[in-house]
Amino acid sequence: MGWTRKILRVDLSNGTCKSEPLNMEWAQQYLGQRGLATKYFVEEVDPKVDPLAPANKMIMATGPLTGTPASTGGRYSVITKGALTGAIACSNSGGYFGAELKFAGWDMIIFEGKSAKPVYLSIEDDKVELRDAAHLWGKTVWQTEEIIKKSHQDPQVRVCSIGRAGENGVMYACIVNDLHRAAGRSGVGTVMGSKNLKAVAVRGTKGAGAIKNPKAFMLAAAAAKKVLADNAVTGQGLPTYGTQVLMNVINEMGALPTRNHRDVQFEDARKISAEAMHEKRPTDGKAHLVTNAACFGCTIACGRISKIDETHFSVVNKPQYWGASGGLEYEAAWALGAANGVGDLEALQYANLICNEDGFDPITFGATVAAAMELYDLGILTKEQIGLEAPFGSAQALVALAEMLISGEGFGKDLALGSARMCAKYGRPELSMGVKKQEFPAYDSRGIQGMGLAYATSNRGACHLRGYTVASEVLGIPVKTDPLVTEGKADLVKAFQDATSVFDSAGVCVFTTFAWTLADLQPQLDAACDGDWTMEKLALVGERIWNMERLFNNAAGFTAKDDDLPPRLKTEPAKTGPAKGLVNGIDKMRPEYYKVRGWNPEGVPSKETLSRLGL
Amino acid sequence: MQKSLHIDPNKCTGCLQCEMACSFENYGVFNIAKSRIKVFNFEHEGRMVPYTCTQCAEAWCMTACPVDAIRIDAATGAKIVHEDVCVGCKVCTIACPFGTINYVADSGKVQKCDLCGGDPACATACPTGAITYVDADWAGLEKMRLWAGKTDTQPRASA
Amino acid sequence: MKHVIIGNGPAGLVAAETLRRLQPEAEIALIGDEAEPPYSRMAIPYFLIGRIPDTGTHLRKSHDHYAKERIHLIEGKVVKIDAKAKQVEFASGERLAYDRLLIASGSQPLRPKVPGMDLANVHTCWTIEDARAIAAKAAAGARVLQIGAGFIGCIIMESLAARGVKLTVVEMGDRMVPRMMTAKAGNMIRQWVEHKGVGVHVNTGVTAITQKDGALLAKLSTGKEIAADLVICAAGVAPNTAFLAGSGVAIERGIRVDAAMRTSVADIYAAGDVTEAPGFHTGRPELNAIQPNAVDQARVAAHNMAGGEAMSGGSLAINVLDTLGLVSTSFGQWQGVAKEQGGAGVEQIDETNYRYLSLQFKDDVLIGATSIGWTEHVGALRGLVQTQAPLGDWKRRLLADPTNFMAAYLATAQKAA
Ligand SMILES: Cc1cc2nc3c(=O)[nH]c(=O)nc-3n(C[C@H](O)[C@H](O)[C@H](O)COP(=O)(O)OP(=O)(O)OC[C@H]3O[C@@H](n4cnc5c(N)ncnc54)[C@H](O)[C@@H]3O)c2cc1C
Ligand code: SF4
Ligand code: SF4
Ligand code: SF4
Repeated sequence: MGWTRKILRVDLSNGTCKSEPLNMEWAQQYLGQRGLATKYFVEEVDPKVDPLAPANKMIMATGPLTGTPASTGGRYSVITKGALTGAIACSNSGGYFGAELKFAGWDMIIFEGKSAKPVYLSIEDDKVELRDAAHLWGKTVWQTEEIIKKSHQDPQVRVCSIGRAGENGVMYACIVNDLHRAAGRSGVGTVMGSKNLKAVAVRGTKGAGAIKNPKAFMLAAAAAKKVLADNAVTGQGLPTYGTQVLMNVINEMGALPTRNHRDVQFEDARKISAEAMHEKRPTDGKAHLVTNAACFGCTIACGRISKIDETHFSVVNKPQYWGASGGLEYEAAWALGAANGVGDLEALQYANLICNEDGFDPITFGATVAAAMELYDLGILTKEQIGLEAPFGSAQALVALAEMLISGEGFGKDLALGSARMCAKYGRPELSMGVKKQEFPAYDSRGIQGMGLAYATSNRGACHLRGYTVASEVLGIPVKTDPLVTEGKADLVKAFQDATSVFDSAGVCVFTTFAWTLADLQPQLDAACDGDWTMEKLALVGERIWNMERLFNNAAGFTAKDDDLPPRLKTEPAKTGPAKGLVNGIDKMRPEYYKVRGWNPEGVPSKETLSRLGL
Repeated sequence: MQKSLHIDPNKCTGCLQCEMACSFENYGVFNIAKSRIKVFNFEHEGRMVPYTCTQCAEAWCMTACPVDAIRIDAATGAKIVHEDVCVGCKVCTIACPFGTINYVADSGKVQKCDLCGGDPACATACPTGAITYVDADWAGLEKMRLWAGKTDTQPRASA
Repeated sequence: MKHVIIGNGPAGLVAAETLRRLQPEAEIALIGDEAEPPYSRMAIPYFLIGRIPDTGTHLRKSHDHYAKERIHLIEGKVVKIDAKAKQVEFASGERLAYDRLLIASGSQPLRPKVPGMDLANVHTCWTIEDARAIAAKAAAGARVLQIGAGFIGCIIMESLAARGVKLTVVEMGDRMVPRMMTAKAGNMIRQWVEHKGVGVHVNTGVTAITQKDGALLAKLSTGKEIAADLVICAAGVAPNTAFLAGSGVAIERGIRVDAAMRTSVADIYAAGDVTEAPGFHTGRPELNAIQPNAVDQARVAAHNMAGGEAMSGGSLAINVLDTLGLVSTSFGQWQGVAKEQGGAGVEQIDETNYRYLSLQFKDDVLIGATSIGWTEHVGALRGLVQTQAPLGDWKRRLLADPTNFMAAYLATAQKAA
């Protein structure tokens, strides 16, 4: 069946934990994880709720393939109303936590209310309890995991937690599991912190929910693994170079946002690229990269494990950072690097470690630093206000600002707001490079037009993981489209968005889609899950999920006006590269997209669309 | 030539496909808590190490067993727990200095790697070639066994 | 070559089998004085629980094992050894000549020297015969008083409880399993079993047992009296050496052996519970009445009897215990050594969840450990103790968090990380 058919409801206000049967009717319509948890969420939560109010809920959800040998079957998602965006948030994470939750016998955990004092949730199979977390409050993610493992006397316990960012209300705090995997975006960790929930520790010994047809499933999973292994991106590129393989590629495309999107190419891209991570450093003769690593069940293994240069100014006398640790992934390397014009790989890794250690989103953080640097460059922010000189390209500033954010001192408080609120505070809201208050990731939509539409219409604010048309526009997966034109992008974006909704609801990683299409996922789901899971059904599920999220956002107060890009991308043409002279054609694509979606010109799903989707 | 599991930690990515395969092969479930092979993650070193019974020549577990529940499989050389005979006394679990035979509370018996009767599921499942099933003369095995000799209270002659 | 082995427990049997492997032509006689094929005392508790029939305790399961191995089983009690004539003498007066002799006569249970220990319903629990008697009397609901909560006592407790008796345990020491567990651990086990309905009296001895109204009445050192239908005595063991009087074999508490398991008399070896062998850490003679030690020593002895040169690295105490579902282990010098001698230790306690781990170090090496609630990879604790792997930085890491012992083992002893 794929599901364990059990959900855990934790009422933080009353300190109770209770088990409920999973709504199997919904499971047939929304599959699991992102889709199914969002269904629960929209049924139970008022769209107008203040994200940081006790009435907001937070759901941690696995998919039917989580905890199975399906490649990458280890994902879980956090669904809530995002602190950063005020929109539906769904942040997905790998590592081992999700599978362990499944092994403990739970499809999802619904957190509601707010605890009077810091607590953490301890799960050992059916034994579930909220425990005091006074001793954990104020601790980093890394310390928290260590303390819990020790006190539970179980090195195999899996932990997700918030760091000091989540405790202190940094608007883009994430929830980190297994030391350096994160449900990263939209401030889901901020919501967790607002509930006084420090961590979830889980140990599961029951195994993944019974599979409908284990034999068929093993065959389907094996066939799909072969597809990944035989594919150049998932079989070679990602394991060898990680997502960082993209740095030079995207830079050459003229789509690497640089210095708060002033430029689309970064002169030091090479210095912070995958290739650079492989090279021996002059200082200690060692390469930055130690090894690649996989999340649970993943046969791609794109994860990077690196060791920072111990002599680098950022970590002198800080041995706690010298060990091997996660990073750099492409998005982080871009946000901490190119976005600010910083070409110092070790400084990026340090900032990245701080992000992991204290749980905040490197994309939003990097982009917020970029905005601050632009404000500084424009003279709107002064050295005195920031506390140091912060010109574009300053590794010192990047490092100091990361530390300031965590200490919550001085300018750290402004950084904690994210770029949208910070730029608004200083009277220049248009300098925040994002959509729905969430910052762009690492693709400039002047060089990759489809991404502009994907960003503008993403239900959780600017995001590459909701409709990754880069795959098509850059890599030619599944078909090559021209990145510089807007034609056909509405269809492309919709197709990617709907398919991704299914992948995100299944328990697998969206990176599989470099090689897999729905046709590769479908046999695995069909063998694992009760019911018939045809291609048609899955396509409908994907579209249903997308529209459900949209309805929530609309009810929360978002309108077509929010499906837009900052003026810079619409008025300042790319200065260099293949896209030189181009702006993004969002205003042209948006109406086409609404039409393809079956929405009215205000971006509201029509009656027919809703009834077709059973919404 | 008898074969043995060859483990190359350098290739391991920590995906735990081996653990799932082991539990599925032996218990028909996906439950790494039941796996006989475990991947240890040395976070600070960035190193993942799959680890299971080496079918050591000394077979500490086997000699310690008071009821003859562990015996050598003639075909594979694996030391196999016969669950119908095992009384669950656990003495094997403290006798094996490698920590590779463990008590399972559910069944009240112990479990260890049995080489899957000569077709190791973990090796088949490993996507990176970190676990392979090869002729038993690879250098690593010898190294491990030499090391085992050091643990031994007696010279290697007893093998 | 004629090998004669006195005692057909695990030590005797493993020695016989090892000898057979090393010397296909030798004559091997294995003598036992119980009316059973070679069996394991360790399996008695499982026979008591009813998990196995009495045949399930047999050390080897196939009927023709001994014929196939050409191990000559002799039932009889040896009463004397004539080292000059190289002969052993049976109670019947018969004699058997040997070239090499192994004494593996094990140990016998001790009974406190108090009045009433010879009453009909007072039993030790050492042989299958004992177990059969206990099984007949320990019916559900019967009141059972157990004297001694040492290692063996705790093991029996499990099977008695499983039979549904009303169990009370008295222990002279200040906690349960005082010679195997740290104070904290011993008390956690006590809490656990009390929780499960077993009455436990520590710091308490039995001063007398009398018969009253068809039942037994035990007087305790505390002045209390306890009525019981059955008293089981598990108050320690002592090596079985009485028959060695006059043989010239040096005996203190047990038979003194060297690292090759040689006794003080040429061509006479000893192994198992009966020995007092150099300890792994101290090098001084130690009693160590546990099964793994018995078979390890037996293998060493057999190699030397067969003309080889094998040395024991020293006898190491390793124990695993299951007290009514709570699994505990202890290894080596679990008590640790003084700071002045380089000692250091760490204790991780979780009383609510009954988990416990104590590691003891001397300098750079793990010398002992105690655990409760741990079943995964505990053997590696033995590995760390026995290989004496230098821990380097891992010592610091283990002191900070002892639960990483398996990783430490892999990283140091196996050099895997
Ligand atoms: C109930 C119980 C539970 C136990 N549980 C454990 C446990 O969990 N773990 C553990 O490590 N240990 C345990 N032990 C201890 C373990 O059984 C002994 O350490 C082990 O049996 C020692 O083996 P051995 O061969 O030295 O001696 P034994 O097994 O005692 O064998 C000696 C044999 O020699 C015979 N013999 C003695 N004298 C003569 C003579 N003069 N002539 C002829 N034959 C003679 C005896 O009758 C006996 O058959 C337990 C013991 C008991 C009683
Ligand atoms: S479980 Fe341990 S003692 Fe037994 S064969 Fe394997 S490594 Fe050797
Ligand atoms: S637990 Fe089972 S296999 Fe292990 S020694 Fe005891 S009886 Fe033998
Ligand atoms: S060979 Fe089989 S039993 Fe052994 S670890 Fe691999 S899968 Fe498990």
